Amino acid sequence: MAVTGAVLVLFLVGHMVGNLKSFLGADSFNHYAEWLRTVGSPALPNRTLLTIAEIGLVVAVVLHMWSAVSLARRAAKARPVKYAARVKPQAGGYATRTMRYGGVIILLFVIWHLLDLTFGVVNPKGGQATPYDRLVAGFAPDRWWVTVFYLVAMVMVGLHLRHGLWSALQTLGLAHRYKALKATSTVVSAVLVLGFAAVPVAVMIGVVK
Amino acid sequence: MNLTLKIWRQNGSSDRGRMVTYEVQDVSPDMSFLEMLDVLNERLILEGDDPVAFDHDCREGICGMCGMVINGVAHGEQRATTTCQLHMRHFEDGATVTIEPWRAAPFPVVKDLVVDRSAFDRIIQAGGFISVPAGSAPDAHAVPVPKDDADAAFDAATCIGCGACVAACPNGSASLFTAAKITHLGLLPQGQPERASRAKAMVEQMDAEGFGGCTNTGECTAVCPKGIPLDAIARMNADYIKTAAK
Repeated sequence: MAVTGAVLVLFLVGHMVGNLKSFLGADSFNHYAEWLRTVGSPALPNRTLLTIAEIGLVVAVVLHMWSAVSLARRAAKARPVKYAARVKPQAGGYATRTMRYGGVIILLFVIWHLLDLTFGVVNPKGGQATPYDRLVAGFAPDRWWVTVFYLVAMVMVGLHLRHGLWSALQTLGLAHRYKALKATSTVVSAVLVLGFAAVPVAVMIGVVK
Repeated sequence: MNLTLKIWRQNGSSDRGRMVTYEVQDVSPDMSFLEMLDVLNERLILEGDDPVAFDHDCREGICGMCGMVINGVAHGEQRATTTCQLHMRHFEDGATVTIEPWRAAPFPVVKDLVVDRSAFDRIIQAGGFISVPAGSAPDAHAVPVPKDDADAAFDAATCIGCGACVAACPNGSASLFTAAKITHLGLLPQGQPERASRAKAMVEQMDAEGFGGCTNTGECTAVCPKGIPLDAIARMNADYIKTAAK
Protein backbone atom coordinates (compact mmCIF):
# COMPACT_ATOMS: atom_id res chain seq x y z
CA MET A 1 0.00 0.00 0.00
CA ALA A 2 2.69 2.48 1.07
CA VAL A 3 5.30 1.74 -1.60
CA THR A 4 2.86 1.65 -4.54
CA GLY A 5 1.15 4.77 -3.17
CA ALA A 6 4.52 6.55 -3.06
CA VAL A 7 5.11 5.71 -6.75
CA LEU A 8 1.71 7.17 -7.63
CA VAL A 9 2.33 10.33 -5.57
CA LEU A 10 5.63 10.92 -7.41
CA PHE A 11 3.74 10.54 -10.69
CA LEU A 12 1.12 13.06 -9.53
CA VAL A 13 3.80 15.64 -8.72
CA GLY A 14 5.31 15.28 -12.22
CA HIS A 15 1.86 15.32 -13.82
CA MET A 16 0.89 18.52 -12.02
CA VAL A 17 4.10 20.32 -13.01
CA GLY A 18 3.51 19.28 -16.63
CA ASN A 19 -0.09 20.51 -16.53
CA LEU A 20 0.97 23.93 -15.32
CA LYS A 21 2.91 24.33 -18.58
CA SER A 22 -0.46 25.07 -20.20
CA PHE A 23 -0.19 28.55 -18.63
CA LEU A 24 2.95 29.15 -20.74
CA GLY A 25 0.98 28.80 -23.98
CA ALA A 26 0.16 26.22 -26.63
CA ASP A 27 3.71 25.80 -27.92
CA SER A 28 5.22 25.15 -24.52
CA PHE A 29 2.52 22.63 -23.60
CA ASN A 30 2.61 20.78 -26.95
CA HIS A 31 6.38 20.76 -26.91
CA TYR A 32 6.34 19.23 -23.42
CA ALA A 33 3.93 16.54 -24.61
CA GLU A 34 6.24 15.85 -27.58
CA TRP A 35 9.27 15.73 -25.27
CA LEU A 36 7.63 13.02 -23.13
CA ARG A 37 7.54 10.85 -26.24
CA THR A 38 11.03 11.62 -27.54
CA VAL A 39 13.02 11.85 -24.28
CA GLY A 40 16.11 9.67 -24.48
CA SER A 41 16.26 9.68 -28.30
CA PRO A 42 18.20 9.21 -30.43
CA ALA A 43 19.94 6.81 -28.01
CA LEU A 44 16.59 5.11 -27.39
CA PRO A 45 13.63 4.69 -29.76
CA ASN A 46 10.72 7.09 -29.25
CA ARG A 47 8.36 6.32 -26.38
CA THR A 48 10.86 3.95 -24.71
CA LEU A 49 10.98 5.77 -21.39
CA LEU A 50 7.32 6.76 -21.61
CA THR A 51 6.27 3.13 -22.12
CA ILE A 52 8.43 2.00 -19.20
CA ALA A 53 6.81 4.67 -17.01
CA GLU A 54 3.32 3.65 -18.19
CA ILE A 55 3.97 -0.01 -17.39
CA GLY A 56 5.36 0.98 -13.99
CA LEU A 57 2.26 3.02 -13.23
CA VAL A 58 -0.15 0.28 -14.26
CA VAL A 59 1.75 -2.21 -12.09
CA ALA A 60 1.66 0.26 -9.16
CA VAL A 61 -2.10 0.84 -9.57
CA VAL A 62 -2.84 -2.90 -9.76
CA LEU A 63 -0.67 -3.72 -6.72
CA HIS A 64 -2.19 -0.77 -4.82
CA MET A 65 -5.70 -2.13 -5.46
CA TRP A 66 -4.62 -5.66 -4.64
CA SER A 67 -3.23 -4.45 -1.26
CA ALA A 68 -6.47 -2.58 -0.56
CA VAL A 69 -8.63 -5.59 -1.38
CA SER A 70 -6.53 -7.97 0.72
CA LEU A 71 -6.59 -5.55 3.68
CA ALA A 72 -10.39 -5.26 3.40
CA ARG A 73 -10.74 -9.04 3.24
CA ARG A 74 -8.49 -9.47 6.30
CA ALA A 75 -10.61 -6.87 8.12
CA ALA A 76 -13.83 -8.72 7.26
CA LYS A 77 -12.33 -11.98 8.52
CA ALA A 78 -11.12 -10.34 11.75
CA ARG A 79 -14.65 -9.17 12.63
CA PRO A 80 -17.17 -11.79 11.51
CA VAL A 81 -19.88 -10.52 13.91
CA LYS A 82 -20.60 -6.82 13.39
CA TYR A 83 -21.63 -4.37 16.11
CA ALA A 84 -25.39 -3.91 16.53
CA ALA A 85 -25.03 -0.25 17.50
CA ARG A 86 -23.92 2.16 14.81
CA VAL A 87 -20.17 2.53 15.36
CA LYS A 88 -19.33 6.16 16.09
CA PRO A 89 -15.90 7.08 14.68
CA GLN A 90 -13.84 8.67 17.44
CA ALA A 91 -10.82 9.82 15.46
CA GLY A 92 -12.53 12.33 13.15
CA GLY A 93 -10.77 11.69 9.88
CA TYR A 94 -13.36 11.92 7.10
CA ALA A 95 -10.52 11.30 4.64
CA THR A 96 -9.57 8.13 6.54
CA ARG A 97 -13.05 6.67 6.27
CA THR A 98 -13.35 7.36 2.55
CA MET A 99 -10.12 5.60 1.51
CA ARG A 100 -11.73 2.44 0.14
CA TYR A 101 -14.73 3.79 -1.79
CA GLY A 102 -12.84 7.02 -2.48
CA GLY A 103 -10.23 4.91 -4.24
CA VAL A 104 -12.93 3.34 -6.44
CA ILE A 105 -14.24 6.81 -7.39
CA ILE A 106 -10.69 7.91 -8.27
CA LEU A 107 -10.29 4.81 -10.47
CA LEU A 108 -13.52 5.67 -12.36
CA PHE A 109 -12.24 9.23 -12.78
CA VAL A 110 -8.89 8.03 -14.15
CA ILE A 111 -10.71 5.87 -16.74
CA TRP A 112 -12.80 8.89 -17.88
CA HIS A 113 -9.71 11.11 -17.82
CA LEU A 114 -7.73 8.74 -20.10
CA LEU A 115 -10.70 8.42 -22.50
CA ASP A 116 -11.01 12.22 -22.54
CA LEU A 117 -7.51 13.69 -22.80
CA THR A 118 -5.26 10.74 -23.71
CA PHE A 119 -7.30 8.75 -26.25
CA GLY A 120 -9.74 11.57 -27.11
CA VAL A 121 -12.71 9.18 -27.30
CA VAL A 122 -15.00 11.43 -25.26
CA ASN A 123 -13.19 14.65 -26.22
CA PRO A 124 -14.91 17.00 -28.72
CA LYS A 125 -11.67 17.34 -30.74
CA GLY A 126 -10.94 13.60 -30.82
CA GLY A 127 -7.56 11.87 -30.52
CA GLN A 128 -5.88 13.51 -33.55
CA ALA A 129 -5.84 17.13 -32.28
CA THR A 130 -2.81 18.58 -30.46
CA PRO A 131 -2.78 18.03 -26.68
CA TYR A 132 -3.36 21.75 -26.09
CA ASP A 133 -6.44 21.85 -28.39
CA ARG A 134 -7.86 18.80 -26.66
CA LEU A 135 -7.31 20.46 -23.28
CA VAL A 136 -9.02 23.72 -24.29
CA ALA A 137 -11.91 21.93 -26.02
CA GLY A 138 -12.37 19.49 -23.12
CA PHE A 139 -12.86 22.18 -20.51
CA ALA A 140 -14.73 24.68 -22.74
CA PRO A 141 -17.30 26.80 -20.84
CA ASP A 142 -20.27 24.98 -22.44
CA ARG A 143 -18.83 21.73 -21.06
CA TRP A 144 -18.81 23.13 -17.51
CA TRP A 145 -20.05 19.81 -16.10
CA VAL A 146 -16.76 18.18 -17.16
CA THR A 147 -14.84 20.80 -15.20
CA VAL A 148 -17.09 20.30 -12.18
CA PHE A 149 -16.54 16.54 -12.42
CA TYR A 150 -12.77 17.08 -12.55
CA LEU A 151 -12.85 19.42 -9.55
CA VAL A 152 -14.88 16.95 -7.46
CA ALA A 153 -12.46 14.19 -8.46
CA MET A 154 -9.50 16.37 -7.46
CA VAL A 155 -11.00 16.92 -4.01
CA MET A 156 -11.42 13.13 -3.70
CA VAL A 157 -7.75 12.69 -4.68
CA GLY A 158 -6.78 15.32 -2.11
CA LEU A 159 -8.69 13.56 0.67
CA HIS A 160 -7.18 10.24 -0.38
CA LEU A 161 -3.67 11.72 -0.28
CA ARG A 162 -4.20 13.53 3.01
CA HIS A 163 -4.57 10.22 4.79
CA GLY A 164 -2.49 8.23 2.31
CA LEU A 165 0.70 10.26 2.51
CA TRP A 166 0.87 10.27 6.28
CA SER A 167 -0.28 6.66 6.51
CA ALA A 168 2.47 5.58 4.10
CA LEU A 169 5.11 7.26 6.28
CA GLN A 170 3.63 5.53 9.33
CA THR A 171 3.60 2.13 7.60
CA LEU A 172 7.24 2.54 6.55
CA GLY A 173 8.10 3.35 10.17
CA LEU A 174 9.10 6.96 9.55
CA ALA A 175 6.29 8.82 11.32
CA HIS A 176 7.79 9.46 14.73
CA ARG A 177 6.86 13.14 14.57
CA TYR A 178 3.11 12.74 14.35
CA LYS A 179 1.89 16.33 14.17
CA ALA A 180 4.58 17.67 11.82
CA LEU A 181 4.11 14.83 9.34
CA LYS A 182 0.31 15.07 9.43
CA ALA A 183 0.54 18.80 8.69
CA THR A 184 3.04 18.16 5.87
CA SER A 185 0.71 15.57 4.31
CA THR A 186 -2.17 18.04 4.40
CA VAL A 187 -0.08 20.83 2.81
CA VAL A 188 1.31 18.58 0.05
CA SER A 189 -2.21 17.29 -0.72
CA ALA A 190 -3.59 20.83 -0.84
CA VAL A 191 -0.80 22.01 -3.19
CA LEU A 192 -1.47 19.08 -5.54
CA VAL A 193 -5.24 19.70 -5.53
CA LEU A 194 -4.81 23.43 -6.24
CA GLY A 195 -2.19 22.76 -8.92
CA PHE A 196 -4.42 20.26 -10.70
CA ALA A 197 -7.60 22.33 -10.29
CA ALA A 198 -5.96 25.49 -11.67
CA VAL A 199 -5.79 24.27 -15.28
CA PRO A 200 -9.47 23.24 -15.89
CA VAL A 201 -10.69 26.36 -14.06
CA ALA A 202 -8.35 28.58 -16.11
CA VAL A 203 -9.66 27.04 -19.35
CA MET A 204 -13.29 27.39 -18.28
CA ILE A 205 -13.00 31.06 -17.37
CA GLY A 206 -10.94 31.77 -20.49
CA VAL A 207 -7.50 32.50 -19.03
CA VAL A 208 -6.07 29.59 -21.05
CA LYS A 209 -7.52 29.47 -24.58
CA MET B 1 -32.33 7.97 36.64
CA ASN B 2 -33.98 5.25 34.56
CA LEU B 3 -32.36 3.57 31.58
CA THR B 4 -33.22 1.11 28.85
CA LEU B 5 -30.34 -1.29 28.25
CA LYS B 6 -29.87 -3.38 25.14
CA ILE B 7 -27.35 -6.02 26.12
CA TRP B 8 -25.72 -8.80 24.12
CA ARG B 9 -26.61 -12.14 25.75
CA GLN B 10 -24.77 -15.25 24.63
CA ASN B 11 -24.78 -18.43 26.64
CA GLY B 12 -21.36 -19.87 25.82
CA SER B 13 -19.27 -19.89 22.67
CA SER B 14 -21.58 -22.29 20.78
CA ASP B 15 -24.68 -20.13 21.36
CA ARG B 16 -25.58 -17.71 18.55
CA GLY B 17 -26.39 -14.86 20.94
CA ARG B 18 -28.91 -12.00 20.74
CA MET B 19 -29.60 -8.51 22.00
CA VAL B 20 -31.94 -8.46 25.04
CA THR B 21 -33.66 -5.32 26.37
CA TYR B 22 -33.72 -4.55 30.11
CA GLU B 23 -35.13 -1.62 32.07
CA VAL B 24 -33.13 -0.39 35.08
CA GLN B 25 -34.71 2.01 37.58
CA ASP B 26 -33.28 4.34 40.21
CA VAL B 27 -29.72 4.49 38.90
CA SER B 28 -27.62 7.06 40.77
CA PRO B 29 -25.61 9.45 38.55
CA ASP B 30 -22.68 8.79 40.90
CA MET B 31 -22.59 5.09 40.07
CA SER B 32 -19.96 3.73 37.73
CA PHE B 33 -21.15 1.91 34.64
CA LEU B 34 -20.25 -1.43 36.21
CA GLU B 35 -22.15 -0.57 39.42
CA MET B 36 -25.19 0.15 37.25
CA LEU B 37 -24.79 -3.35 35.76
CA ASP B 38 -24.43 -4.73 39.32
CA VAL B 39 -27.85 -3.22 40.14
CA LEU B 40 -29.34 -4.94 37.10
CA ASN B 41 -27.66 -8.24 37.98
CA GLU B 42 -28.91 -8.19 41.61
CA ARG B 43 -32.43 -7.82 40.31
CA LEU B 44 -31.94 -10.57 37.73
CA ILE B 45 -30.64 -12.93 40.46
CA LEU B 46 -33.62 -12.12 42.73
CA GLU B 47 -35.97 -12.84 39.84
CA GLY B 48 -34.23 -16.17 39.24
CA ASP B 49 -32.69 -15.03 35.91
CA ASP B 50 -29.12 -15.49 34.74
CA PRO B 51 -27.05 -12.36 35.56
CA VAL B 52 -25.19 -10.60 32.76
CA ALA B 53 -21.58 -11.83 32.69
CA PHE B 54 -18.90 -9.14 32.32
CA ASP B 55 -15.18 -8.95 33.11
CA HIS B 56 -13.96 -6.66 35.89
CA ASP B 57 -11.32 -6.69 38.58
CA CYS B 58 -9.73 -3.60 40.15
CA ARG B 59 -12.49 -1.12 39.24
CA GLU B 60 -9.80 1.55 39.52
CA GLY B 61 -9.01 1.84 35.81
CA ILE B 62 -5.60 0.18 36.04
CA CYS B 63 -6.02 -3.56 35.51
CA GLY B 64 -7.44 -3.78 31.99
CA MET B 65 -10.03 -6.46 32.77
CA CYS B 66 -13.21 -4.51 32.10
CA GLY B 67 -14.32 -3.34 28.70
CA MET B 68 -17.44 -3.29 26.60
CA VAL B 69 -18.64 -1.42 23.56
CA ILE B 70 -21.15 1.16 24.81
CA ASN B 71 -23.34 2.80 22.17
CA GLY B 72 -20.85 1.80 19.49
CA VAL B 73 -17.76 3.12 21.27
CA ALA B 74 -15.24 0.96 23.16
CA HIS B 75 -15.34 1.92 26.88
CA GLY B 76 -18.02 4.52 26.04
CA GLU B 77 -17.66 8.01 24.67
CA GLN B 78 -15.71 9.45 27.62
CA ARG B 79 -12.08 9.79 26.46
CA ALA B 80 -9.16 8.08 28.22
CA THR B 81 -11.54 6.21 30.53
CA THR B 82 -12.05 2.53 31.26
CA THR B 83 -15.62 1.25 31.59
CA CYS B 84 -15.25 0.96 35.38
CA GLN B 85 -14.30 4.66 35.59
CA LEU B 86 -17.17 5.76 33.36
CA HIS B 87 -19.89 7.29 35.49
CA MET B 88 -23.62 7.36 34.91
CA ARG B 89 -23.73 11.18 35.07
CA HIS B 90 -22.50 11.13 31.46
CA PHE B 91 -25.80 9.52 30.40
CA GLU B 92 -29.20 11.18 30.13
CA ASP B 93 -32.20 10.04 32.14
CA GLY B 94 -34.40 7.79 30.00
CA ALA B 95 -31.63 7.05 27.50
CA THR B 96 -31.27 3.76 25.66
CA VAL B 97 -27.79 2.28 26.01
CA THR B 98 -26.48 -0.50 23.78
CA ILE B 99 -23.86 -2.77 25.37
CA GLU B 100 -21.85 -5.28 23.34
CA PRO B 101 -18.68 -7.33 23.81
CA TRP B 102 -15.43 -6.60 21.93
CA ARG B 103 -15.99 -7.90 18.40
CA ALA B 104 -13.02 -9.66 16.87
CA ALA B 105 -12.46 -13.20 15.61
CA PRO B 106 -9.32 -13.63 17.81
CA PHE B 107 -11.44 -12.59 20.87
CA PRO B 108 -14.14 -15.29 21.00
CA VAL B 109 -17.10 -14.56 23.30
CA VAL B 110 -16.98 -16.72 26.44
CA LYS B 111 -20.35 -15.56 27.78
CA ASP B 112 -22.41 -12.39 27.29
CA LEU B 113 -19.90 -9.52 27.47
CA VAL B 114 -16.86 -11.63 28.43
CA VAL B 115 -14.36 -12.33 25.67
CA ASP B 116 -11.25 -14.53 25.70
CA ARG B 117 -8.20 -12.27 25.22
CA SER B 118 -5.59 -15.06 25.38
CA ALA B 119 -4.44 -13.95 21.92
CA PHE B 120 -2.80 -10.94 23.64
CA ASP B 121 -1.00 -13.27 26.06
CA ARG B 122 0.37 -15.30 23.16
CA ILE B 123 1.67 -12.10 21.49
CA ILE B 124 3.44 -11.22 24.76
CA GLN B 125 4.84 -14.75 25.02
CA ALA B 126 6.17 -14.52 21.47
CA GLY B 127 8.19 -11.48 22.60
CA GLY B 128 10.29 -13.75 24.82
CA PHE B 129 12.76 -12.55 27.43
CA ILE B 130 15.23 -9.68 27.76
CA SER B 131 18.85 -10.41 28.69
CA VAL B 132 19.58 -8.87 32.08
CA PRO B 133 22.32 -9.90 34.48
CA ALA B 134 20.71 -11.87 37.30
CA GLY B 135 22.17 -11.77 40.80
CA SER B 136 22.44 -8.79 43.09
CA ALA B 137 20.48 -5.65 42.28
CA PRO B 138 22.42 -3.23 40.03
CA ASP B 139 23.39 0.21 41.30
CA ALA B 140 20.81 2.88 40.63
CA HIS B 141 21.61 4.85 37.46
CA ALA B 142 24.22 2.31 36.40
CA VAL B 143 22.52 2.33 32.99
CA PRO B 144 21.76 5.91 31.93
CA VAL B 145 18.46 6.40 30.05
CA PRO B 146 17.74 9.70 28.26
CA LYS B 147 14.73 11.45 29.80
CA ASP B 148 12.76 11.62 26.51
CA ASP B 149 13.26 7.90 25.88
CA ALA B 150 12.26 7.06 29.45
CA ASP B 151 9.09 9.15 29.09
CA ALA B 152 8.14 7.65 25.72
CA ALA B 153 8.86 4.13 26.99
CA PHE B 154 6.73 4.78 30.04
CA ASP B 155 3.85 6.15 27.95
CA ALA B 156 3.89 2.91 25.95
CA ALA B 157 4.22 0.79 29.10
CA THR B 158 0.97 2.22 30.51
CA CYS B 159 -0.92 -0.13 28.14
CA ILE B 160 -3.17 -2.32 30.30
CA GLY B 161 -4.00 -4.78 27.50
CA CYS B 162 -7.76 -4.22 27.71
CA GLY B 163 -8.30 -4.77 23.98
CA ALA B 164 -10.27 -1.59 23.25
CA CYS B 165 -7.89 -0.85 20.35
CA VAL B 166 -8.92 -4.07 18.63
CA ALA B 167 -12.61 -3.49 19.40
CA ALA B 168 -12.55 0.02 17.93
CA CYS B 169 -10.39 -0.69 14.88
CA PRO B 170 -12.48 -0.93 11.68
CA ASN B 171 -9.97 -3.58 10.56
CA GLY B 172 -9.90 -5.49 13.87
CA SER B 173 -6.14 -4.90 14.09
CA ALA B 174 -4.09 -5.38 17.27
CA SER B 175 -1.32 -3.06 16.08
CA LEU B 176 -1.60 -0.49 18.88
CA PHE B 177 -1.36 -3.15 21.61
CA THR B 178 1.56 -4.96 19.98
CA ALA B 179 3.28 -1.65 19.16
CA ALA B 180 2.96 -0.45 22.76
CA LYS B 181 4.65 -3.62 24.03
CA ILE B 182 7.39 -3.46 21.38
CA THR B 183 7.98 0.26 21.98
CA HIS B 184 8.31 0.18 25.74
CA LEU B 185 11.15 -2.34 25.63
CA GLY B 186 12.62 -1.11 22.35
CA LEU B 187 13.26 2.39 23.68
CA LEU B 188 15.17 1.25 26.75
CA PRO B 189 18.84 0.08 26.85
CA GLN B 190 17.77 -3.15 28.58
CA GLY B 191 15.59 -4.02 25.58
CA GLN B 192 18.27 -3.63 22.88
CA PRO B 193 19.84 -7.14 22.58
CA GLU B 194 16.58 -8.82 21.50
CA ARG B 195 14.95 -5.74 19.96
CA ALA B 196 14.89 -6.97 16.36
CA SER B 197 13.91 -10.59 17.01
CA ARG B 198 11.25 -9.48 19.50
CA ALA B 199 9.54 -7.16 17.00
CA LYS B 200 9.57 -9.83 14.31
CA ALA B 201 8.21 -12.59 16.58
CA MET B 202 5.46 -10.41 18.08
CA VAL B 203 4.25 -9.02 14.73
CA GLU B 204 4.18 -12.53 13.24
CA GLN B 205 2.24 -13.86 16.24
CA MET B 206 -0.22 -10.95 15.94
CA ASP B 207 -0.85 -11.85 12.29
CA ALA B 208 -1.10 -15.56 13.09
CA GLU B 209 -3.85 -14.87 15.64
CA GLY B 210 -6.07 -13.53 12.84
CA PHE B 211 -6.10 -9.82 13.67
CA GLY B 212 -6.66 -7.46 10.74
CA GLY B 213 -4.10 -5.18 9.10
CA CYS B 214 -3.45 -1.61 10.26
CA THR B 215 -4.59 1.22 7.97
CA ASN B 216 -3.66 3.98 10.44
CA THR B 217 -7.23 5.17 11.03
CA GLY B 218 -6.36 6.30 14.58
CA GLU B 219 -9.56 4.85 16.10
CA CYS B 220 -7.43 2.76 18.49
CA THR B 221 -5.60 5.67 20.10
CA ALA B 222 -8.85 7.67 20.33
CA VAL B 223 -10.54 5.01 22.50
CA CYS B 224 -7.42 3.84 24.37
CA PRO B 225 -8.04 4.42 28.09
CA LYS B 226 -4.32 5.11 28.48
CA GLY B 227 -3.98 7.28 25.38
CA ILE B 228 -1.15 5.20 23.83
CA PRO B 229 0.07 7.41 20.94
CA LEU B 230 -0.16 6.28 17.33
CA ASP B 231 3.56 6.79 16.70
CA ALA B 232 4.13 3.58 18.68
CA ILE B 233 2.90 1.82 15.52
CA ALA B 234 5.50 3.67 13.44
CA ARG B 235 8.20 2.43 15.84
CA MET B 236 6.89 -1.13 15.57
CA ASN B 237 6.92 -0.91 11.77
CA ALA B 238 10.43 0.56 11.78
CA ASP B 239 11.73 -2.30 13.96
CA TYR B 240 9.90 -4.89 11.87
CA ILE B 241 11.14 -3.50 8.52
CA LYS B 242 14.73 -3.47 9.85
CA THR B 243 14.54 -7.20 10.68
CA ALA B 244 12.79 -8.03 7.42
CA ALA B 245 15.57 -6.24 5.49
CA LYS B 246 18.28 -8.35 7.16
